[in-house]
Amino acid sequence: MASLGSGALIFALVVCAYGIGASVYGVRNDEDRWIESGRRAVYGLALVLLVAFIVIEVAFLKNDYGFNTVADTSSATTPLFYRAAAVWSSQEGSLLVWALLSSLWSSLALFLVKGKMREVAAYAAAILLAFDGFFIALAIFYANPFNTTSPKPLEGAGLDPLLRFPAMIIHPPMIYSGYTLCIVPFAFGMGALIARRVDTEWITATRRFALAAWLFLGVGIVLGALWSYSELGWGGYWEWDPVENAALMPWLMMTAFLHSAMIQEKRGMLKVWNSSLVLAAGTLAITGTFLVRSGVLSSIHAFGGATLGVPFVILIGLMIACSIYLVVSRREQLSSSHRLDSLFSRESVFLLNNIVLVGLCFVIFWGTFFPLISEMATGQAASVGAPWFDRYTVPLALILVLLSGIGPVIAWRKASVANVKRNFATPVLAALATLIVLLALGVTSKLFALVMFCLAAFTIGSVTQELWRGTRVRSNATGQVPPRALLGLVGRNRRRYGGYMTHVGIAMLFVGVAGSSSFMHAAEPRLSVGKSIDIGGYRMKYIRPTASVTAKNDAAETGATLDLGAVLRVSKKGRYVTTLRPSEGYYDSDEAGVPPESVGHLIAGTPVSHVTLSSNPLRNVWAAIEPDLQAPKLQRIIAAGNKTIPIDKPEDGMIALAVLAREYLAHPQAAKFNLRVQPLLMWIWIGAIIVAAGGLIALSPTPRTVVRRVSVRAARRRAESGLARA
Amino acid sequence: MNPARKRTIRLTVALSAAVVLAGALIYTSFSASDPTVSPSQLIAQAVPGRHYELTGKVLAHSVRHEGEVLDFSVKDRAGEAAVPVRYTGEVPDPFKEGREVVVTVEKQDDKYVAERNSLITKCPSKYKTAPPKGKPY
Repeated sequence: MASLGSGALIFALVVCAYGIGASVYGVRNDEDRWIESGRRAVYGLALVLLVAFIVIEVAFLKNDYGFNTVADTSSATTPLFYRAAAVWSSQEGSLLVWALLSSLWSSLALFLVKGKMREVAAYAAAILLAFDGFFIALAIFYANPFNTTSPKPLEGAGLDPLLRFPAMIIHPPMIYSGYTLCIVPFAFGMGALIARRVDTEWITATRRFALAAWLFLGVGIVLGALWSYSELGWGGYWEWDPVENAALMPWLMMTAFLHSAMIQEKRGMLKVWNSSLVLAAGTLAITGTFLVRSGVLSSIHAFGGATLGVPFVILIGLMIACSIYLVVSRREQLSSSHRLDSLFSRESVFLLNNIVLVGLCFVIFWGTFFPLISEMATGQAASVGAPWFDRYTVPLALILVLLSGIGPVIAWRKASVANVKRNFATPVLAALATLIVLLALGVTSKLFALVMFCLAAFTIGSVTQELWRGTRVRSNATGQVPPRALLGLVGRNRRRYGGYMTHVGIAMLFVGVAGSSSFMHAAEPRLSVGKSIDIGGYRMKYIRPTASVTAKNDAAETGATLDLGAVLRVSKKGRYVTTLRPSEGYYDSDEAGVPPESVGHLIAGTPVSHVTLSSNPLRNVWAAIEPDLQAPKLQRIIAAGNKTIPIDKPEDGMIALAVLAREYLAHPQAAKFNLRVQPLLMWIWIGAIIVAAGGLIALSPTPRTVVRRVSVRAARRRAESGLARA
Repeated sequence: MNPARKRTIRLTVALSAAVVLAGALIYTSFSASDPTVSPSQLIAQAVPGRHYELTGKVLAHSVRHEGEVLDFSVKDRAGEAAVPVRYTGEVPDPFKEGREVVVTVEKQDDKYVAERNSLITKCPSKYKTAPPKGKPY
């Protein structure tokens, strides 16, 4: 099996080389046969990589520890669900997944533009194959997923318990899809510049891929935040960690591009800007991949053993050099056919939105790479923390939310006073009403939150007004009831109304961020059974301990061998609110350095907080526990088990854990709790879902039949009204 | 005003604003940053009252819990120099002896006191390149 996988990788590299050669030769010599052959090489590459992926996936599912990567990241006790996803938890597996996803998206893009943009598509195919070839070469020469060990180990190390969380199964493929999709517009942008075909055709052809990249990256980022909030036991969702930032930067660039592309499509403006944004987003996607795998920056994610820095630096250097050369050398073709008519226009708002997004991206880039920058400048590496990031990103976020409310209602070309009065009265009233209500409620201490709530109300008011007006017009014109008219309105122009929906989602998401960060109450008390603590108006009482032991080979849920926790009763002003059951899961370990102890070994893996929370739109009550496993009585049981139970009797070791669990229940020690009350946090997830739904709507094609039918009706009405006037 | 002159003024204003903002960004990043140091560098250059971002591995047999306080030592990744750290706050799940950590510390007498909740522990399995190990059973 391993030789089949290795052979597939080598064949894939040959296919890449052939496809690049065929595409470039075809386009240079005007040979359609070769161009077509290059395109088919991309389809073939996807098939070959799919075979390689199936080989490694089967090895994981069959627990074939002869494969090094399987032995390293999976085990018989790793639940099947997580075993299937363990492929992308390792360096070598994730490289293969990256190349596979890239080849699949490339195939789809080239299939959809078949028969169009002959030259641009041929160059794009060559560039896409070059990226695939790069990742395949890394997989072959640096981190081969098909490397084997003989004799094969009897058991694997297991997937890190921290990664045994449902969101983490789909988070990496989402992020990889986002990164690889960023490469599609990059390749087409490059192709357009090389072929000197910089009109709107390449933008129209790849806009959906840019939108898909934006959507996948966004979903991946939110899933990562959800994992952090639900699994890491610290109660936060964002830490400005380099790996978080790595995904956010291309997302911001793609957001900017999706807005400015509209200006090029409508007015033929911003060609240099759009080309630069697409090229920057592609380069940042590769930079993000480099950050994760190079070991160049400190992060909560492990980079220590990663060795892929040099090849990535060379690739990124090439991407930047080629991008600059092409944009500069094609500046004449990229000159705009129109200029801004007024600063008070939708074009200007989009441009300002772009500047803010790029500024935000630059701030994050600077802060992320500051350890390297400071080392180069002063010889001493230094890093900036979350307060530094917040200082710049908070005001920029406020401006973005404001612009997302102005954009949908301001006129193209030039906004008149009448336009401003007509379109801004309702949103401004919504913001003022919100301000009055909040002031009446006494929300005066947190200025950022107060301003954000008002701006969010402005944006929601602006979009609601647009939807209401459109629905009313459609309802009057077609006789449909308003809900149906609304659906018809959205269905008729999915790109526009999907976009509006994302604006509402972003506003809600920022309401969640502002509320949860500005008004959070937190405490980390050590509580004994019967004791309680008051936090943010809630009383939390430690009622009783909980404990459970999972048989070692019973792959239940996350595969924890031991679970120790507590029952907390939450009340407010004496009235019962909810019951929380936080616990800490302990796992078997095969990590280097873990002593060969029959009982200690079974709980020496990374302990994982099983967070519990009570959530509603107004507030989250969140709890994690850190039981005192160092208590002398518990340690004595472990020591006695280690001494008396042979290492090759893990089942007996589990009995010792059962004794330990019983002792924990019978004589509960004080435990350390991490307790939080976070107002409005649920709006982060609600907002993210709305953003994703809006992205999906914008991504879905508008049915031509619907457009035609409505146009015919509208034409008939216009004709009738014209006749009536006459 | 003619359109070309108007555009030049706009461009000048925009570029000036960009330069001012970039200057502020650069200035604040240098003034608000904490030096990133290894234990041996910390021993050599620590000044009382200044914050440092210490990176290294948790020294074996150095972890002690005293109520709310967690005492441990951080050693160089590839050397033997180690510094004692006194920490309070959230302890990340992956924290244990031998793991790589990042923590913000300040020198106080012969101890290094960590900033509350500043401890970060690296995830050990992601993208590791260590060879596979077999189990003894």
